[in-house]
Amino acid sequence: MTETTENPQTAATAPAAQRGLIPLPLATARALLLAGGILTTASTFLRWTWTSDFPGDLTVNGYPGGLQVLTLIAGIITALFALSTYGVRGLGWLLPARNNAPLVLTALSGFAVTWYTVISIAAELGGIVNWEPGTYIAAVASLLPVIGALALPQDATDSTKEALKAYIAKADHVPAPQATAPWIQRLAITIVAALGLTVFAYGIDAEDELFIGFLIVVVFTAWALQTAGLFDRFSRLTADNRSFALAMGFVAAIGFPFTQTNDHYANLGVNILIFGTVALGLNIVVGLAGLLDLGYVAFLGVGAYTAALVSGSEFSKFSGVQFPFWAAALTGAAASLVFGVLIGAPTLRLRGDYLAIVTLGFGEIFRIAVNNMDGVSGPDITNGPNGIPSIPDLSFFGFDFGQNHDIAGFTIGRFANYYLLMVLISALVVTIYRRASDSRIGRSWIAIREDETAATAMGINGFRVKLIAFALGATLAGLAGTVSAHVTYSVVPNPYQFAGAAPPNSAFLLAAVVLGGMGTVSGPFLGAALLYLLPEKLVALQDKSLLAFGIALILLMRFRPEGIIPNRRRQLEFHETGQLDVPDTTTLTDEPAITKAGA
Amino acid sequence: MRFGGLTAVRSVDFTVNAGEIVGLIGPNGAGKTTFFNCLTGLYVPTEGTVSYQGTVLPPKPHLVTKAGIARTFQNIRLFANMTVLENVLVGRHTRTKEGLWSALLRGPGFKRAEKASEERAMELLEFIGLAHKRDHLARNLPYGEQRKLEIARALASEPGLLLLDEPTAGMNPQETRATEELVFAIRDKGIAVLVIEHDMRFIFNLCDRVAVLVQGEKLVEGTSDVVQADERVVAAYLGEPFEPTPEDTQPAAEAESTTSTKGEAQ
Repeated sequence: MTETTENPQTAATAPAAQRGLIPLPLATARALLLAGGILTTASTFLRWTWTSDFPGDLTVNGYPGGLQVLTLIAGIITALFALSTYGVRGLGWLLPARNNAPLVLTALSGFAVTWYTVISIAAELGGIVNWEPGTYIAAVASLLPVIGALALPQDATDSTKEALKAYIAKADHVPAPQATAPWIQRLAITIVAALGLTVFAYGIDAEDELFIGFLIVVVFTAWALQTAGLFDRFSRLTADNRSFALAMGFVAAIGFPFTQTNDHYANLGVNILIFGTVALGLNIVVGLAGLLDLGYVAFLGVGAYTAALVSGSEFSKFSGVQFPFWAAALTGAAASLVFGVLIGAPTLRLRGDYLAIVTLGFGEIFRIAVNNMDGVSGPDITNGPNGIPSIPDLSFFGFDFGQNHDIAGFTIGRFANYYLLMVLISALVVTIYRRASDSRIGRSWIAIREDETAATAMGINGFRVKLIAFALGATLAGLAGTVSAHVTYSVVPNPYQFAGAAPPNSAFLLAAVVLGGMGTVSGPFLGAALLYLLPEKLVALQDKSLLAFGIALILLMRFRPEGIIPNRRRQLEFHETGQLDVPDTTTLTDEPAITKAGA
Repeated sequence: MRFGGLTAVRSVDFTVNAGEIVGLIGPNGAGKTTFFNCLTGLYVPTEGTVSYQGTVLPPKPHLVTKAGIARTFQNIRLFANMTVLENVLVGRHTRTKEGLWSALLRGPGFKRAEKASEERAMELLEFIGLAHKRDHLARNLPYGEQRKLEIARALASEPGLLLLDEPTAGMNPQETRATEELVFAIRDKGIAVLVIEHDMRFIFNLCDRVAVLVQGEKLVEGTSDVVQADERVVAAYLGEPFEPTPEDTQPAAEAESTTSTKGEAQ
């Protein structure tokens, strides 16, 4: 369209043996991609319906709203990827492997979100009479890139099924990136962190139709970026600038409450963060040491109950006692530690399935015991099913967590205060996780997971290191529990069960770890965010959410058993091929070891 | 060592002196690996003790390794999804003591210890010739290198006595010769070696002394010549009935059952 000069690289990858699924010349296919992307973008500036009854107000010409914004974004992304195939300078990095899959997936992203919008307009307002000319234009325009993408040439295959599969396959080989200056790398990380925050903040605010549209765009775009090999490149980038990347992640997390005007969303944020932090603690036990713990939520409960008992609540058994938060946090963590050791010491002599069953039992024992300690069926400690209500808000140095505060023009509400506190605790837990995993003790956990007999024969005291993992995991969960007690005003026995409809419970925690990616830091947080937000946002699914959740987990285990964010080691474990990244240079001259090796 | 009514290994008295290479041979099911498992604490002997440098060892694998006895396994048991270097570092476990606190606080002592461990591990990888593959996953190594890596991992615990369970099983003649060289080099470091093997040429080239285990009991022990000349050894290997003295009739049945027991234990 704009430029027809062939990029030499793309020309080389398109020999005569290749053909597209839809027989069109290459130039037409590309032109369709680009034109479709631009047209889709443009169509969002028209009005799509006549009434503002449809959520998001799509009636204004020249001003996209609601789902139109998502279509706009998807259109722009499609157009950018299309421009990249033309070899436009500065966009080459979008398609490092020059494969078709990112183009197909971005085109599908635009198509799916546009058609979702168009169909829901018709469905909700009652018929296609509610469509405006803009709607028709958008529907057709979003179809064009899909046709174009499927016309892109690729290696000829026999069946249509194979051909379709090849269109969404990840590139076999992603060329190594050119060396870039450190400041560019850091700029890239900063931009990605900012984008991540924007996407997360947008998603958490989105409701109903908008959230589904958001999911469509995010899933397809993330998939496209993954097939393009950009995630691999980015993870290498963060590995090279690890401290900087962590700092940026931390800054982005702190920035979240400043993007929110409604404290309800900060409440979602703090709950996700508590859930994610506890899942990360569980990741030490499950992901590193390989101990399947099905009663983990009990430690969160121990922490929460301990904090509630010493919070000064008038319903607490020790209502006269009010610990400052640091002392309450330490007490909660210490109580969890004690329970972890008490439960771990007898159970960790078991292996595998037996351990899972016994921890499941202990988890339930906690809930039932707390339920019964009401002074009637047991000692009067926890008020039984009524729990401990009216836990007072925290207060640090006169900073009352219950009040709104104005910081630099932004109003930070009650939940946002707790969110910021929880960010600090999460950062602490992430540091603990990273340091523990990369050490002598972390290696012995992995060795135990790989082969316990061989590990003990190598001098590892299996019981001892497993108990350390168990106790550390319990302590971290207890720490998070102390905050959660204050956030929710009250503690009751009910949430601390094995399986329930809403997080946190042991099954959801485990699912967050498995879904996000075992043995990674970001995986449990992503898993927690998904598992918390999806039931919260998809109100239509409410009573079927567990069913949907089960189906989703089965699909995930079938197609991506290593989780959404795979630990490299795990990924290789499941896919039987490949190798961890080995440095290209095999000479070890920079290693101090070789100068000393005398043998 | 008894498994229920089966006596797998009975009154095998056995001494390995410093700087010696001792071979342990015997037909399948003779109880060689069971004997190893008793030595290293994987099995708790029903009767009898294992002493190392004059002290009786408790039957706990990690304490045995700590005391200075390291082993390899008959069927390779590397940590398949860890890198070559990490495998050797795990072997260093008993010789380092940085616990959780030092890992969390990352003081100078922790960094020094990690660096020293890595240097020592790299020395060992140099020694067995795998230094260039330090970042490869253990399971991606060829078979022969996996065997070598298992030896390096055992050496990382700085043992005084190294137990090798069929180190050349499945190797071609060149690899077997290389392993022979490796075992000699290990001996030259002052480490005593006890090796189980079915390859007689390998055993008789290598060992200062050879013991023959048949049906859970030690048949004969001595230099290569003595063992080779003993016709009871030949008889035991070729399947001729083992001179049935009255009290030996019973263990014959036991030794046969031991084969399956051993299979389970590995």
